[in-house]
Amino acid sequence: MSAQSPSLDGEWLDESATRQRLEKTWDDAPGLWGALTTLDHKRVGLRYIVTAFGFFGLAGVAAFVMRLQLAHAENDLVGPDLYNQLFTMHGSTMMFLFAVPIMQAVGIYFVPLMVGTRAISFPRLLAFSYWIYLFGGLLLWTAFFLNIGPDAGWFAYVPLSGPQYSPGKRVDIWAQMITYTELSSIAVAVSTIATIFKQRAPGMALNRVPLFVWAILVMSFMVLFAMPSVMIGSSFLIMDRLVGTHFFNPAEGGDALLWQHLFWFFGHPEVYIIFIPALGMVSSIVQTFSRRPVFGYPLMVLSLIATSLFAFGLWVHHMFATGLPRLGNSFYTAASMVIAIPTGIQIFGWIATVWLGKPRFTTPFLFIIGFIVVFVIGGLTGVMLASVPLDLQVHDTYFVVAHFHYVLIGGGVFPLLGAVYYWFPKITGRLLDERLGKLNFWLFFIGFNVTFFPMHYLGLAGMPRRVYTYSSGLGWDGLNLLATGGAVLIAISLLLLAFNIVRSLRSGAAAGANPWDADTLEWATSSPPLSFNFTHIPLVTGSHPLWDSERLHVMRGLRLDERELVLTTVLDAQPDLREPSVPPSIWPFLAAIAVGTMFVTSIFSPWAVIVGAIPIAITLTAWFWPKSAAEEEIEQ
Amino acid sequence: MHSVLQALGVHAQHIELVWHTMLWVCGFMYLLVIAFLIHAIWRRRGDSDAEAPRRMSVALAGWIGLMVLGLFGLTLTSFLTDRALVHAASEPQVTLKITGYQWWWEIEYTNPDPSRQVRTANEIHLPVGAQVLAELGSNDVIHSLWVPSLNGKRDLIPGRPTEISLQPLRIGRYRGQCAEFCGLQHAKMALEVVVESQQDYDAWYERQLAAAPPASEARAARGQQVFFNTACNLCHAIAGTDAAATVGPDLSHVASRRMLAAGALPNDPEHLRRWLQNPQREKPGNHMPIVSLGRDDLDALIAYLGTLQ
Repeated sequence: MSAQSPSLDGEWLDESATRQRLEKTWDDAPGLWGALTTLDHKRVGLRYIVTAFGFFGLAGVAAFVMRLQLAHAENDLVGPDLYNQLFTMHGSTMMFLFAVPIMQAVGIYFVPLMVGTRAISFPRLLAFSYWIYLFGGLLLWTAFFLNIGPDAGWFAYVPLSGPQYSPGKRVDIWAQMITYTELSSIAVAVSTIATIFKQRAPGMALNRVPLFVWAILVMSFMVLFAMPSVMIGSSFLIMDRLVGTHFFNPAEGGDALLWQHLFWFFGHPEVYIIFIPALGMVSSIVQTFSRRPVFGYPLMVLSLIATSLFAFGLWVHHMFATGLPRLGNSFYTAASMVIAIPTGIQIFGWIATVWLGKPRFTTPFLFIIGFIVVFVIGGLTGVMLASVPLDLQVHDTYFVVAHFHYVLIGGGVFPLLGAVYYWFPKITGRLLDERLGKLNFWLFFIGFNVTFFPMHYLGLAGMPRRVYTYSSGLGWDGLNLLATGGAVLIAISLLLLAFNIVRSLRSGAAAGANPWDADTLEWATSSPPLSFNFTHIPLVTGSHPLWDSERLHVMRGLRLDERELVLTTVLDAQPDLREPSVPPSIWPFLAAIAVGTMFVTSIFSPWAVIVGAIPIAITLTAWFWPKSAAEEEIEQ
Repeated sequence: MHSVLQALGVHAQHIELVWHTMLWVCGFMYLLVIAFLIHAIWRRRGDSDAEAPRRMSVALAGWIGLMVLGLFGLTLTSFLTDRALVHAASEPQVTLKITGYQWWWEIEYTNPDPSRQVRTANEIHLPVGAQVLAELGSNDVIHSLWVPSLNGKRDLIPGRPTEISLQPLRIGRYRGQCAEFCGLQHAKMALEVVVESQQDYDAWYERQLAAAPPASEARAARGQQVFFNTACNLCHAIAGTDAAATVGPDLSHVASRRMLAAGALPNDPEHLRRWLQNPQREKPGNHMPIVSLGRDDLDALIAYLGTLQ
């Protein structure tokens, strides 16, 4: 540190002077350049959220068209080719481009705020991950609008998705999109884990970490273990398709079931990757609106961890019909049953919190009540599916479609919509309209149940999944029409949400820093938060910083003229190091373009991997180019 | 019949019992959760009760105990049923080989005596009460055989033989359908299981063994010529003639089947005509090409196929 350094510890600055200096250090450059180079986790997180909701809209429209097609027997609104593309796009987009990214995105935005730090760890990796994600999603949807959308299902079972039965580029595009977006998912997980482990505010020992942050931590670890499995699968698939390998070709010693194992070893944990962060949202909202801490905090944390571990031990229950050895199947039955216990404990925990607290029936809270009512049905049908004999009947029928929509919409989207109403004021500084919010909730709740509840019966009545049409006279007509009617209600409720958001952005009531009187640190800063999150790093002395005492304790001593963070120890969050945080850079963006170009062109020629490696190497080298001591001095 | 809840096979009945057990146990648990939730929301809130959290912990312990007990019971039910399913139909009287094609089913009745083997498509005949073992395979992609009223489903996987057993308990027609997404016409890949008395079954079996009768009537004879002189015989077989291709369904006794094109159309002259005129209209994407035939040729071909009882 040179002697001329303008900022000195111990120099007493008033609040606004401190803030001015921090703004000078942390604010992005204005305009497009700032937008492309930003490393602000809030900007990147918000981009992720908006992009993911965009894909949610597209996939929702796909679902709506499918519901119209199925409204009555022998309908010819869309043919089999388009229908197969639609359900492939719906599934792939919802799982890979909406559900996982949006959960990670809420984590990206709020975890650094909740743990009381100025920036996320590895911010350039995070910026890189967003561009990768965006390009992957655009690739998929561009292909769809060019009528070369993938059509082998979101699960892309071989040999149907293999070179022989899916010629053309459709499945290539799907496979590369998977590898590509999962890469971004892993990058986000790395950033998030490092932030949670090393950047918590001093005093925020692990037993004081908010449940939402715990949930994101657990989910991030799951991402690290689950995503490589599907990336290996999609890489094998693209090699089978493009360079003539035979990983999945039984005629050459490959195995069609290998794909299913690789896919479901990812695919089952994937459900919990979506569900666990949602549980974190539930905990945040229940706690705030019950005005008391969540009941049984240690048990809630242990349940999250237990769920994440069990989640890796039950992928075979997607494969009971493949004729694997029965003794092995029994193990997966037991594992699938056991995972109900930690989930049941958490459900109890939230209801107990409401029971012990003084609930306020705001829109976010309504969505959580809806979550319990809907999700528990999905959990219980999950218990049914764990049983091998029963699964053999209802597997791949509309019963399963009903089941996982109860789990994913009930367990994912309900909490997420609650979270939108809950955190929107923090992100924008404006409240959403409560009356419209409640209308939004009731329409969504009723529409959801009208759409998906009849599907349980349709499955039992023999209607298989992924059929573009069905004959009349099988007794499926009426309930299908009813389900389509429910889909109309869902569409209206989501349009209402969009209207509410637009209206609030223009003329919503100002929120203030802490409109809900919540306890966690994101509410300790302004709404929307400043680029550096906190003028002073909070000092945590309890589990509920904003409830425990009238005034928030803070620490001083970080540089104002440079991006600097305080690192703390993993367990007790004792202050450990002062660590610089990197300045904005264009290189992550350029590296993402280089990687994207390589991935897309590799669909057309394997040589693209070799040629494309050159720009990747250049951009990565520039990204990581070390600074000499002299340069660092000049920057200071 | 086509429903899990109309179980008319031994296996399906075992499974139906699991369904009812599950429904009652899970229904009870659900009501318990909802009752707790409603009470939590609407209970009258008096002064703060210091004892409440402790009582809640006791309730939690009870809840965990109940969940463990319930899940243990359901797991046991599942295991016992699975065991019963393994033991059911362990001494098969009828053995079949079913092969999945995009998008139809090939059915072969295996027999140690090659002259008593039967090959047909999309329609399985079984004697009532008989124990049946079907070996499953696939010619292309993964399919899944599912006749809900008789048993759960089993996948047909290329390179990996699987099997399924059936034991139908009542005479009747049972609909089955492919349950694993297998491409464009997955939706129209159905089959029919015809369960009949032992005499009817035996009579049917003997008819299937017979070669096709010679096309004696003039129009049928011309139809046979059409069959051989256009493209039909390149894909289809008719026992007792030179047509022996195995690309498409065996047509030796096609007129005896109730449905056409794997359940896509009823098998009558009118629908057969529509099908032959343009197979891509009724089942777009299927592998049968359009073979353009003159009106007379088409009439003759339909007449010929009608003789293949």
